Amino acid sequence: MTNKILRDMLDRRTVIKAAAAAGVAQVAAPFVISARAADTVKMGLDDPLTGTYAELGRNEQIGCELAIDEINAKGGILARKVELLVEDSTSADTGTAVQKARKLIERDKVDFLLGNVNSAMALATGEVSNELKTFHIVTGGHTDAVTGTDCHWNVFRVCNTTRMETNSVAQTLFTKYGKKWYFITPDYAFGHTLQQGFEVFLKAHGGIETGASLAPLGATDYSSYLIKAQSTNPDVIIFLTAGQDAVSSLKQAVQFGLDKRFHIAGAQQELEVLEGLPPDARIGTWVFEWYWNQPNIKGLPEFIAAIRKRNGGKVPTARHWFGYTAAWTCALVANETKSLDAVKMAKALEGFTLPPEIALMPNKTYYRAGDHQLMPTLYVGHAVAQGAKDPEDLFVVDQLVKGDEAALPVAETGCHVKWPA
Amino acid sequence: MPLDRRAADAVVWLLLLTMPFWLNWIGGYTALGTRVVVLALAAMSLNFLLGFTGVLSFGHAAYFGLGVYGLGLTIKYLVPSSLAGMALGVIAGTLAAMILGMLIVRLRGIYFAMVTIAFGQVFYFIAYRWNDVTGGDDGLSGWRRLPVDLGFARIDILNSDSALYYWSLFWFAVAVAIMAALLHSPFGRTLLAIRENERRARFLGIPIDRHIWLSWVISCGFVSLSGTLYALLNNFADPHDLRWDQSGDFVIMAVLGGMRNFWGPLIGAAIYVVLQDYISSQTENWMSFIGLLFVLVVMFFPRGLLGMLRRRAAP
Amino acid sequence: MTQLILFNVFNGLIIGAFYALMALGLSLILNLSGVINFAHGGFLGIGAYLAFTLMPFVGFWGALILAPLATALLGIVVERVLINRLYGRDPLYSLLLTFGLAYILEDGTRYVWGPSTLPFSVPTWMLSPLSNEFFFLTGYRLFMVMLVIVVVAALFLLLGYTRLGMRIRAGTLDLETVSVLGVNVRILRNLNFGLGIFLAGLAGVLAAGMLGLQPTMGSTLIMPSFVAIIIGGLGSLPGTLLGGLLIGAASGITVVFWPSASEAVIYVLMGLVLLVRPRGLLGEEGRF
Repeated sequence: MTNKILRDMLDRRTVIKAAAAAGVAQVAAPFVISARAADTVKMGLDDPLTGTYAELGRNEQIGCELAIDEINAKGGILARKVELLVEDSTSADTGTAVQKARKLIERDKVDFLLGNVNSAMALATGEVSNELKTFHIVTGGHTDAVTGTDCHWNVFRVCNTTRMETNSVAQTLFTKYGKKWYFITPDYAFGHTLQQGFEVFLKAHGGIETGASLAPLGATDYSSYLIKAQSTNPDVIIFLTAGQDAVSSLKQAVQFGLDKRFHIAGAQQELEVLEGLPPDARIGTWVFEWYWNQPNIKGLPEFIAAIRKRNGGKVPTARHWFGYTAAWTCALVANETKSLDAVKMAKALEGFTLPPEIALMPNKTYYRAGDHQLMPTLYVGHAVAQGAKDPEDLFVVDQLVKGDEAALPVAETGCHVKWPA
Repeated sequence: MPLDRRAADAVVWLLLLTMPFWLNWIGGYTALGTRVVVLALAAMSLNFLLGFTGVLSFGHAAYFGLGVYGLGLTIKYLVPSSLAGMALGVIAGTLAAMILGMLIVRLRGIYFAMVTIAFGQVFYFIAYRWNDVTGGDDGLSGWRRLPVDLGFARIDILNSDSALYYWSLFWFAVAVAIMAALLHSPFGRTLLAIRENERRARFLGIPIDRHIWLSWVISCGFVSLSGTLYALLNNFADPHDLRWDQSGDFVIMAVLGGMRNFWGPLIGAAIYVVLQDYISSQTENWMSFIGLLFVLVVMFFPRGLLGMLRRRAAP
Repeated sequence: MTQLILFNVFNGLIIGAFYALMALGLSLILNLSGVINFAHGGFLGIGAYLAFTLMPFVGFWGALILAPLATALLGIVVERVLINRLYGRDPLYSLLLTFGLAYILEDGTRYVWGPSTLPFSVPTWMLSPLSNEFFFLTGYRLFMVMLVIVVVAALFLLLGYTRLGMRIRAGTLDLETVSVLGVNVRILRNLNFGLGIFLAGLAGVLAAGMLGLQPTMGSTLIMPSFVAIIIGGLGSLPGTLLGGLLIGAASGITVVFWPSASEAVIYVLMGLVLLVRPRGLLGEEGRF
């Protein structure tokens, strides 16, 4: 907080100096903070800080902030200091998210745009950054279109596609828990593509889909879908709900006792959700995109300690890692190309492998050329009611899956990157 | 007084016409100016009904959103033309208002407000749930505004911020001129009579329901025009544009500036948009400040900024 | 198939009962004070969060009673400071003020409790289905319905047979006369507002058992309550109750045939009611 005030004061001082130099007598407007020091490199994070996704957005912000402090401690970008500008995109109002992206790029002249948690906003701000030719890393919006049909030369993504998530967990579910599946699917692109991913797998392996319920996003009552699901008598009920919907649907499934009669599973799951569930509802087989409790990862203990310090003592989640990795990626690629030119950086990032202390995961972690999707490791495992040693150790990793083995080949993503002439 | 008013008009137009030149200088950015103009048009259209007919709608976002989606869907699926999109967006919004208006025109006061909210939500859910067409929660993407080709000239609103600003301002001016002309016509006088005393107007033999219906349709039509401009600005359509909290924003803009004054909603929109843009960059608790603004306006400035100034000027 | 429909109708009624609980609070305030309380969802959220905070100290049952009471207390203070200035003014202002209040409450909740979803637990015995046949009848749902029945019965007894209740009812019909008869209308409205907020807080505690505890939880629940009031008819509490149950059942049935329309259907139902009977099912003629 003090930092922010201090920064604003400094800014105002520079503005006044600049204004005086230009011979302008008075700059009285209260909201003049536009002219920031020109010698810093700026990253703009346009992410939800209010509304449903507030927690996820805040965690990504903490990850970014940590990365930026580290980058500055190691000499910054092109020997210049790095500064993070954060704007609240809100959770639901894409118009505001677009406006904030324009503000960051046009007014604040950021060199990198980061965000967004919300898929719609990731797509919409991707349009803005593409129009204004700004290097952009999508931190946490999972809809396939970002690195698929709506991909751009300047847009990269650190979180996974839905197909990577389903492919990584499907085999385990199939062999371990049975081949009759029922889907509880949130009714929007994210849910649809997850379900399609599983269906492709089922077809290829001779499994049976006993049925599917499309539940509205933000539904309050899941009982009718659960009633339908149990009546088809599947082996596995697959919950594709995310965030708040995952909390509501799992809570209600446990109240109906479904966890005692069927295996509960799904694709993407997050530590934020497990922590929001009462212990008896922390069940099921899931995919994590990153997990804090891993053995023998270089730099991981330091990362956990640093995040704990900024996060009220809590461990990092995948969201912290998204923000951290995204910000570090910008620094690494700029320093490698010795340039802030968006085209040069984007070309250099194709096929770029993250160093292990940034990747913080086993296996090679790299940005795929062609669709600009990060190829990380996925963590398949199961949720547990109570952590064994740490109260936040709510997930047990059973299997590691390489991202490039789970992802669709570039040719099938629908992405055709058009580079500027 | 007429001289005063003419002077005020001149100042308003001068400021609007020169905005791209001074806005950046005081720390704004052109897209912010466009947003002010577009939302001001929405607030002024709402005020045609609220301030000059005395009917409170809390569901105008639905018609705003119909404009947004009308334009987006047209460009994406039908004709790659910004003008055609605008035309279809306005037609969609106006038609919906005509039909629903017939259902609700007999209701009054708080009942009217609640029913407009609730009907607005129907459109919201259509946009939110009809994934195949509207893109659902992910919004309607994969299209862009296109330069306007007038035959003799080409306005590049795609690549030039200022062109888009003046394009929006042009339609703002057209709409505002029509609304002003309507208000000065006998029709407009009748609306004022209804606002002041509905019962007396009814005794005078004025067909109240038909007038309110017309006012509602005109108001919704111009709101959908502003919706199409908003879609051009964002290159995107999203369900939130139709939700009831968006309607609430329009109402607060009108009241904040002064709903009995023609330019009130413009002032209100400018203050609201700039304030929100500024505060939300300063603190993540900006919602409290916006909420507080609502409370303060209701408690201390119910006549809005212009209403207060005018009262002070003429005691 | 019939079984499935029956399940869903029944289940819809359970959810409808929940909406009715929330809508009754809204309706009480609207009837006596003419204020549409947009902030009702915000109060609901506060009730839920207070229950979460109180639970380690007073247990589930204690929280079930204390949290709504504390919320009602907050409501009474808010009425005294803000809401009472709205009486007799254009409904526009009450809409705007409570709209702003809803922003403040949501943001305040996030400020105090943080944006994270909090794990809210209900007693374990409620978490099992009563039988395998009727597995959808969980202890918790049954408990919800019983509680709503008890609360609604208590509310109607209070309104029907106590002095306060009679005054509230009389005030709903003709506030001026009640005032002339020497009843302190200020206090009456204040208590009535508190009563409405108590119901919101209670609905919040119930919702927290089903949904995730998040600052935004109230805002999604408020619209169906509005619709319940309009369908039932403004000014009629039994109407609100009926409206709540109707929309619950309607969306329960729609889920079976056309899940995508399960939310929109309640608005369509409302449109039909307005078309046939503009004052709502049990609304009085000419009151609004």
